[in-house]
Amino acid sequence: MAKITFITRDKQSITLEGNAGSAMALAVANGVTGIDGDCGGVCSCATCHVYLSPEGLERAGAASEIETDMLELDDNANEFSRLCCQIEISDAIDGLVLNVAR
Amino acid sequence: MSPELKEASFSRCVVVGASHAGVNFAFALRKEGWLGEIVLIDSDLQLPYHRPPLSKSYLQSTEESGYTLLKAEDSYAKEGIELRLGLKVNSIDREGKTIVLQEESSLSYDKLVLATGARPIIPAIVGIQEASNVFPLRTASDVKKIREVLSRTPNPKVVVIGGGYIGLETAASLKKLGASVSVLEREARILSRITTSEMSDFFAQLHAENGVEIFTNKNITAIESTDHIAEVICSDGARFPADLIVVGVGIHVNTELAAGAGLEVSNGIHVDAHGQANDPNIYAIGDCTYHHNIHFDRFVRLECVQNAVDQAKIAAAAIAGKAVAYDAVPWFWSDQYDVKLQIVGLSEGFTELVFRREEGDRSFSVWYFQGEKLLAVDAVNHAKAYVWGTKFIKTRQLLDKAKLQDSKLEFKAAIILA
Repeated sequence: MAKITFITRDKQSITLEGNAGSAMALAVANGVTGIDGDCGGVCSCATCHVYLSPEGLERAGAASEIETDMLELDDNANEFSRLCCQIEISDAIDGLVLNVAR
Repeated sequence: MSPELKEASFSRCVVVGASHAGVNFAFALRKEGWLGEIVLIDSDLQLPYHRPPLSKSYLQSTEESGYTLLKAEDSYAKEGIELRLGLKVNSIDREGKTIVLQEESSLSYDKLVLATGARPIIPAIVGIQEASNVFPLRTASDVKKIREVLSRTPNPKVVVIGGGYIGLETAASLKKLGASVSVLEREARILSRITTSEMSDFFAQLHAENGVEIFTNKNITAIESTDHIAEVICSDGARFPADLIVVGVGIHVNTELAAGAGLEVSNGIHVDAHGQANDPNIYAIGDCTYHHNIHFDRFVRLECVQNAVDQAKIAAAAIAGKAVAYDAVPWFWSDQYDVKLQIVGLSEGFTELVFRREEGDRSFSVWYFQGEKLLAVDAVNHAKAYVWGTKFIKTRQLLDKAKLQDSKLEFKAAIILA
């Protein structure tokens, strides 16, 4: 069980609990604004862009090569960006805070 | 609040079709501030789900409910969207602004959105209706039936009719599950209508390496069934025994409802840049539409998630009184084995191809040009080419083709741009 907090662009803070699956799926299931997940979670659409803190990024891990490339679709991506369909929920990321990019 | 929204507080928007386009539209309309009712209707009884994973992860999943929902069940009620599943719409009365449902009940609308999609073609092959275990792959229920046959058949033999994306993804997934898989393609090469021969060769090779047999120039004349097994018979005399037959030979667009109401229909329901049909109160979105694409300056019908989502958004904006015109560049993807194919743009009408192979690994890209204009990019295991292809098509920047194909040069916009 991990608690993940999403902070939307309009500063809404939504904390959700999940056991498995991706952070994107958790966000979509709970209607978090700005996380669309159009491709269903296969790193093909870049509609689940989030920013992490430096500590958060250390815990969740860096983006993979394909993810980094896909993030380039978004001009606002930076070194703290991830596509959250590629962040798997586990105890290791309990308490993670994700700032929604859109 | 716009006059459209103010007026809308007692209005009803009815959406026919609750797949990617219809569901995204309903949520987008609410987000745009629509205060009236939203009624979302579909004949499928399942809660709306993502279709692309059906032939990929869902087919391979062993979990009963392994399909990916588009939205969580309770989110419809939360957004005030009335979801009516298992319901067929028979006709539209445009004058009375009413749709007629099965059993003669009716529902009035102020705005009607047709997101009716498409249905698989079942070719008229002798014996196909009588044969058991023949399935298309379009719905969660199709996949469920396919999985049931597999689970009760030891060492199943599968024949996939049609070497398009659906057929090939299905073949890859079924092979992973341990089936013997043969793909029968009518044309001289797989993916013949959609891509270049080099790309067809690559995928043919990929499937061969993974033990899927692909047979081209196979014209199927009959399916003969006995108690336990069917045989697929071709005009050249070849026979393929099959415990399971999956048909992936294309789709019919569901335009009957629109055509019956006298809306303009040809290769899809005609809509303008806002998704509006030739009736100010009726819109159409997704796979069922025939629309103009500004980047390619021609009318197209697209079968993809991108178009479903983008038309859903612009139709929602239009109904809420904001004029946003459709200006998207189409994109597609296909996952087979460990290969990721990403496509951006529309390659039809190309005059020149540029290949770029990355050094060392199995990634490459095909760039389609019409003169100097970049039309499309097929990227295999190379998201960077897909991403930059998207940007170059949108911005219409000119490329240096010689540098583009030189894989010794770094793949960077600054180097590739003319």
